[in-house]
Amino acid sequence: MRKIWDIHGGIHPAENKSQSLHKPIENAGIPKQLILPLAQHIGAPASPIVNVGDRVLKGQMIAEAKGFVSAPVHAPTSGIVSAIESRVIPHPSGMSASCIVIDTDGADEWIAHRGTDDYTTLSKLELVDLIRQAGIAGMGGAGFPSAVKLSTRDDKPIETLILNGTECEPYITADDILMRERAEEIIAGAKILRHIIKPNKETLIGVEDNKPEGIAALEKAAEGTGIEIVTFPTKYPSGGEKQLIQILTGKEVPTGGLPSDVGIVCQNIGTATAIYRAIQFGEPLISRITTVTGDACEQPQNYETLLGTPVQYLLDKSGFKKDACIRLIMGGPMMGYTLQDTAVPIVKTSNCVLAPTVAELPPPPPAQACIRCGMCAEACPVSLLPQQMYWFSRAQEHEKLEDHKLFDCIECGACSFACPSNIPLVQYYRASKAEIRQAQQDKMKAERSKERFEARTARLEQEEAEKEAKRAARMEAAKAKAAAAANAPDSSKADIIQAAIERSKAKKAESADPAQAAIARAQAKRDGNAEEESPQEKTERLQKLFASAEKRLTAAKEKLALAQEQQSDNADAFATAVSKTEEKLAAIQQELTEHRASLTPPPADATSADPAQAAIARALAKRAGTTADESKEDKTARLKNTVSTTEKRLAAAQEKLALAQEQNDANVAAFATGVEKTQAKLDTAKKELSDHLATLAPSDTAKQIASDDPVQAAIERAKAAREAQASMSDADKVKQNIESLENRIARTKEKLDAARAEGSDTADILADSLAKLEAKLAAAQQQLS
Amino acid sequence: MGFLKVSSPHAHGPMSTARVMRLVLLATIPGVFSLTFFFGFGTLMNVLWASITALAFEALALKLRKRPIGFYLNDYSALVTAFLLGIALPPASPFWLIMIGTGFAILICKQLYGGMGYNPFNPAMAAYVMLLISFPVQMTTWLAPKGSFAGDLLGPIDALRYCFGFGREAIDAITMATPLDVLKQNNSLLVKDLWEESAQFGQFAGIGWEWANIGFLLGGIYLLYRRVFTWHAPISMLASLTVMSALFYDGGSSASGGSPLFHLLSGATMLGAFFIVTDPVTSAVSNRGRLIYGALIGVLVYIIRVWGNYPDAVAFSVLLMNFAAPFIDHYTQPRTYGHKLKDQQGGKS
Repeated sequence: MRKIWDIHGGIHPAENKSQSLHKPIENAGIPKQLILPLAQHIGAPASPIVNVGDRVLKGQMIAEAKGFVSAPVHAPTSGIVSAIESRVIPHPSGMSASCIVIDTDGADEWIAHRGTDDYTTLSKLELVDLIRQAGIAGMGGAGFPSAVKLSTRDDKPIETLILNGTECEPYITADDILMRERAEEIIAGAKILRHIIKPNKETLIGVEDNKPEGIAALEKAAEGTGIEIVTFPTKYPSGGEKQLIQILTGKEVPTGGLPSDVGIVCQNIGTATAIYRAIQFGEPLISRITTVTGDACEQPQNYETLLGTPVQYLLDKSGFKKDACIRLIMGGPMMGYTLQDTAVPIVKTSNCVLAPTVAELPPPPPAQACIRCGMCAEACPVSLLPQQMYWFSRAQEHEKLEDHKLFDCIECGACSFACPSNIPLVQYYRASKAEIRQAQQDKMKAERSKERFEARTARLEQEEAEKEAKRAARMEAAKAKAAAAANAPDSSKADIIQAAIERSKAKKAESADPAQAAIARAQAKRDGNAEEESPQEKTERLQKLFASAEKRLTAAKEKLALAQEQQSDNADAFATAVSKTEEKLAAIQQELTEHRASLTPPPADATSADPAQAAIARALAKRAGTTADESKEDKTARLKNTVSTTEKRLAAAQEKLALAQEQNDANVAAFATGVEKTQAKLDTAKKELSDHLATLAPSDTAKQIASDDPVQAAIERAKAAREAQASMSDADKVKQNIESLENRIARTKEKLDAARAEGSDTADILADSLAKLEAKLAAAQQQLS
Repeated sequence: MGFLKVSSPHAHGPMSTARVMRLVLLATIPGVFSLTFFFGFGTLMNVLWASITALAFEALALKLRKRPIGFYLNDYSALVTAFLLGIALPPASPFWLIMIGTGFAILICKQLYGGMGYNPFNPAMAAYVMLLISFPVQMTTWLAPKGSFAGDLLGPIDALRYCFGFGREAIDAITMATPLDVLKQNNSLLVKDLWEESAQFGQFAGIGWEWANIGFLLGGIYLLYRRVFTWHAPISMLASLTVMSALFYDGGSSASGGSPLFHLLSGATMLGAFFIVTDPVTSAVSNRGRLIYGALIGVLVYIIRVWGNYPDAVAFSVLLMNFAAPFIDHYTQPRTYGHKLKDQQGGKS
């Protein structure tokens, strides 16, 4: 007799196993519909490889493993895939998850498959892969993919291979009957496992001593194989993997570790049978033995059940009396979970469906106060102090809970079973575990966002520093220039023009002069730099701005109305807000329409020179007409408005100057400059107005022109030029190009002169484009020669 | 009708808190019987009156706290407190003394802390100590045991009369110092001579006392057998008391503290070991913790009995160790499966 060890604690609940052992295993048959969840195992759910409407054969893979810790799913019988959708799956929460639904055809037609004649000729890797392809996952209840468990590393030699035939949960007899009826298959599976794992010490099958018939059958089958059947006293939860390892070897799996860390691999005997069938016959895991028991079943017994069989189907076969049943349990009375829906399918881990009557498992009485009697601690198989953990759990003292090794709790339920006050201890631990995990996740999240925030702050600071440096450099440059200007001997008209150009350059840097922006964009395009914002994006952005501005306007108007109704003092302020918002809205609207107009021509297929030219043309046109599709009347009004406001400003500035002169203010000079500038602006505005009024007359009559939009005209011109170019020889093209360039240069020069004469702000733009045109001309001439 | 939705486990063991309490009450029978046999009906009277008042106070407190009265009275915890206090008080104590005791135990020591399970001190012992300090005269008038005096033992009618204050003067005629007191006051006689001179000494300890202690020992063994508590705390208490008394016995000189057997069978030793020290609410929780807890109580019992001012050592020792229980818990967490012992000792927090 070999030495066995004892585990701490444990309980002796009523076994209730005999009632389901009166009959042999019965084939449950083929239900009309099978529901196969994609996640019947621990790890990543499988991924479907069939479509709705496909006919599948028995044993055909219908969902493949996704990742290392995963398992494929196979069709348990032949039929048509009728749906791939969310169905209620066996889970404590009663949740739904993706399932493949097969409408069976009753033919039970196998897919071509064949086994291995001699598994000893195959390598460990090949065998493990066969097991993986067969979709085998731990059938004792946890459902860990077996192939993963068998992929032991060579640097961790395995001493002992253990097969778990303990089945310590009350009521369940699936393993017991398997031992009684199919001991040879278990032993054959054990031999294959032994071949894969190559334990250097021993192969053991652990069975509780309440299954003498199963033990006898196993011992007979194991004769001469060197596989040892070890029996030990019945006690719950001896069948837990860690507990069985302790009982058989005296070793403890270190916390957070795996059995292989102490040189042990453990597999359920049902899994061993499945592995045998997969290797020997090439049959994937498509059925399992499920116990249907409880006093609410007239004929409790074990069924060979196709995976995906609805629980209701099994209950119907067993004479289920629904009215007598208080709760329906998937699994045993200690660790099983209640089902709400009898449509849930049997999956790879479903070892038992328990339908007890009220008398059998009465509803839990109300919990009394904990008297710290310690019966829970006496029952705990991992030597925790459940009574202390209960207090900490109630007080949400997470640190204390972790100190008391909450996460080593295997949730076997022994403490709750033993508790004289009927406290649902395990429920408290589950809740606390979830809380702690949640808190850890939240903490991680917070840390990540903190990192992000810090990175952002650093980046912004860097940007700010760079900007500051640039600003400082500009300031230096401006000072130098000012010094140079001050040192200049005369203040001729040329200097005034120069000053105007400087001013306008400075403006260019800051203001969003549409002409400047367009030129810059066009230049960027020509240089091969894509614009950051695509036209569509811009449209969207503007539309959004417009919409929000509209909203703000309505809101502002409402407020104003309300304020007026109530004679509020704030009515004035609201009125201002409304007018301001209106202005903004108008500006956005204008920008939007402008942008839309600019979208009309297709700039994408233009040659590289074309977009730039078009843009310049647009810009020029814009400058000439200020805005593209402003109506003539609008423009007139606007210009008039500008003139009048500038006049007002001039008057104000003059007043200020006079006042300053009276008071001998130090700022007289500044005021004088202001007056001068305003005067200049007024002059410009007046000229613009008169120009505009002059152009108004002819353009009104020339309605047949597609539009008097200068942009459109420029585009038309550009298009025409391109078309003409297309039919010309290269030399001719260049020649024509030169000609047109010369024309444009001449025109631009004229304009520039005019602008300079006026001291207009636009002079430098013209100078700029003139220089560019000249450069182009030079290039074209070079090309020609 | 839908199915019940509950989390596992679905099965439940046969033990219930009420059942635990009833077993404790049952286990007091041999001890109470011995006390009644040797000291008359005074103890039974105590227990009866203490039970009535304790239940009344419990019901009152539950009503004030708006708790279901029937549900909580059914846990029998108030009765256990009443029994233990009634047994510990001198037989045929006055009704008001008992009432103050149970009131203090139930209202202040138990319900003010939140009811059953929340009390840091053993209610019966806290009440006993409070009474001892407040009413030393009443608390030290023990009746003489059977055979140590000429008169009759206290009958049930007399017990009732004395309890409610009728003709209470008569009780003085049959009071006698307890053996522990006698030994404590002694400073001239050898233990052997003292034994012969004093009427209250019996075979191993005081007449009656030895049998009462044996009775409570039997009850305790029964509870151990029924697995109501583990052996750790009571056995380690008795062991440390034995070791202490053996160390300081010195063969029975006039300064001797008394033999180990004398200490084991005197006063409230066995009642304390099996009914007070094992009170789960106020003791240490782990088995190792309970070993330490029990051992220290044993040491304290001897120290207080022999060198202290009061001979009622058990109550004081238990209360002192009640203070220490959380501290002991902190350092005696059992080694969890898969952990190394040193990982879990001396707690990090």
